[in-house]
Amino acid sequence: MRAHPGVHVNIQGIGSTAGIQAVQTGAADIGMSSRDLLQEEERTLEPIVMALDALAIIVHPSNTVRNLTLEQIRRIFAGEIRDWSEVGGPAAPITLVNREAGSGTRGAFEELVMGKNGPPLSYRSIRQGSNGAVRAVVEGDPRAIGYISLGIVNSRVRTIAVDGVLPTAESVEAGRYRLVRPFLMVVARGGELPKLSRDYIAYVLGDEGQRSLASIGLIPAPRKETPWKD
Amino acid sequence: MEGLRERLIGRTLLVVACSVIIMLAIITYFIFQAGLPLIVRLGLDDFLFNPHWMPAEKGGSFGIGAMVLGSLWVTLGALIVGVPLGLAVAVFSAELAPEWLSTVIRPAIQLLAGIPSVIYGFVGLTVLVPWVRAHLGGPGLSVLTAAVVLGIMILPNIISISEDALRAVPPAYREGALALGSTRWQMIWRVLIPAARSGIAASVILGMGRALGETMAVIMMIGNSLQVPRSLLDPATTMTSNIGLEMAYASGEHREALFATGVVLFVFIMVLNLAANTVSRRRVKS
Repeated sequence: MRAHPGVHVNIQGIGSTAGIQAVQTGAADIGMSSRDLLQEEERTLEPIVMALDALAIIVHPSNTVRNLTLEQIRRIFAGEIRDWSEVGGPAAPITLVNREAGSGTRGAFEELVMGKNGPPLSYRSIRQGSNGAVRAVVEGDPRAIGYISLGIVNSRVRTIAVDGVLPTAESVEAGRYRLVRPFLMVVARGGELPKLSRDYIAYVLGDEGQRSLASIGLIPAPRKETPWKD
Repeated sequence: MEGLRERLIGRTLLVVACSVIIMLAIITYFIFQAGLPLIVRLGLDDFLFNPHWMPAEKGGSFGIGAMVLGSLWVTLGALIVGVPLGLAVAVFSAELAPEWLSTVIRPAIQLLAGIPSVIYGFVGLTVLVPWVRAHLGGPGLSVLTAAVVLGIMILPNIISISEDALRAVPPAYREGALALGSTRWQMIWRVLIPAARSGIAASVILGMGRALGETMAVIMMIGNSLQVPRSLLDPATTMTSNIGLEMAYASGEHREALFATGVVLFVFIMVLNLAANTVSRRRVKS
């Protein structure tokens, strides 16, 4: 901001798909997305990784289960494992908390946990419209399990270790925690991006931008590449 | 000169009045234009009765059966909670309460109608949901919690229209019944309520429309699960809450399917409103 006085960055938080569509239609220069581009979108759009985010599997703090394997998480969310006693907890039915179809977080969870040809997410699960709403349900329900962005985790929920690894900035950067997804800035492929927009992307990928992303719980992007040469 | 002004004002008001109808027509056109093609493609049967809603999958499945059932369950539950309570308040306020108490109850009911639905949802979420989870079981987010709060939300519709209907019953009916030796309760139950039944029926139907159309409070309390609810303590979803939840991210066929859900909802509400109009018109005739 100091380098560009008088410049306004207009940011709307309307969801990944809406952000991608805004670039496709030319309504926005840069779209931010928490899901990967679809194949047909990759033809016209260029993704730039701005940061990494871990998907934290969260439960109520009173839950005695501390660790789950990826396979167990998959079977829980597919509705095959329905009781905590099957994964070493007390005998109590599991309350599944999911995101709605189209959500970037859900898309990443499907890809990372359920797998390409894996079972579908259980239709019995509760669905909430945001990371915060998922966390609120898990905070209140001792039998609940859900998934949210690592940056949104607070002390009223507990993160579960996946295959023995807890999600932390270190374990994500070291590549040991497996449920990691990129946060993207999406621009039109081959289009002429205004100088200010390029400066903005350079700022986000630069030290200052990456520091402020880290301060809200995100992990710095591994390679800071832009599709053009300045 | 005076006549010209009169006519000008009259014309202006006519245009304004017509614009309301035009807006309704535009809304109707756009909902049907966006949603009807999908219903035609899938067939009404498959769309309405198939309980599998899987929009994210390739070649997704779009059946709103579970949501239609969810809507019906929640609406029915709201009526079971709201109708007896609302009718009791209406009878009390119209017949039994001293005048000063009636003048307190009426504005209080209007205030109830003015509370935004998100506040109802918030209170339900922080008070009723934990209570149900602790004392009745299940996740607390359920058909039951949504129905109870919706039952309270439809009270203003039921009370105000029923009370008007009760007050409109000619005094001769009351006096006649009492003169024949009936008790006050017999007069209310056997004479007053039957005489006001078309107005009461209209109030119930309008309350039903309100419950069916409510979105925000339901999203917050019902859990939005895509299963067909098998008990009152199961989470479920309704047509409105699913549209509200998924619209932000929907594109392509998914978006079309949400508009198609809107078409079904639109038809439901239209039928209910027509029914309410018909029963209250019958009262005027008799």
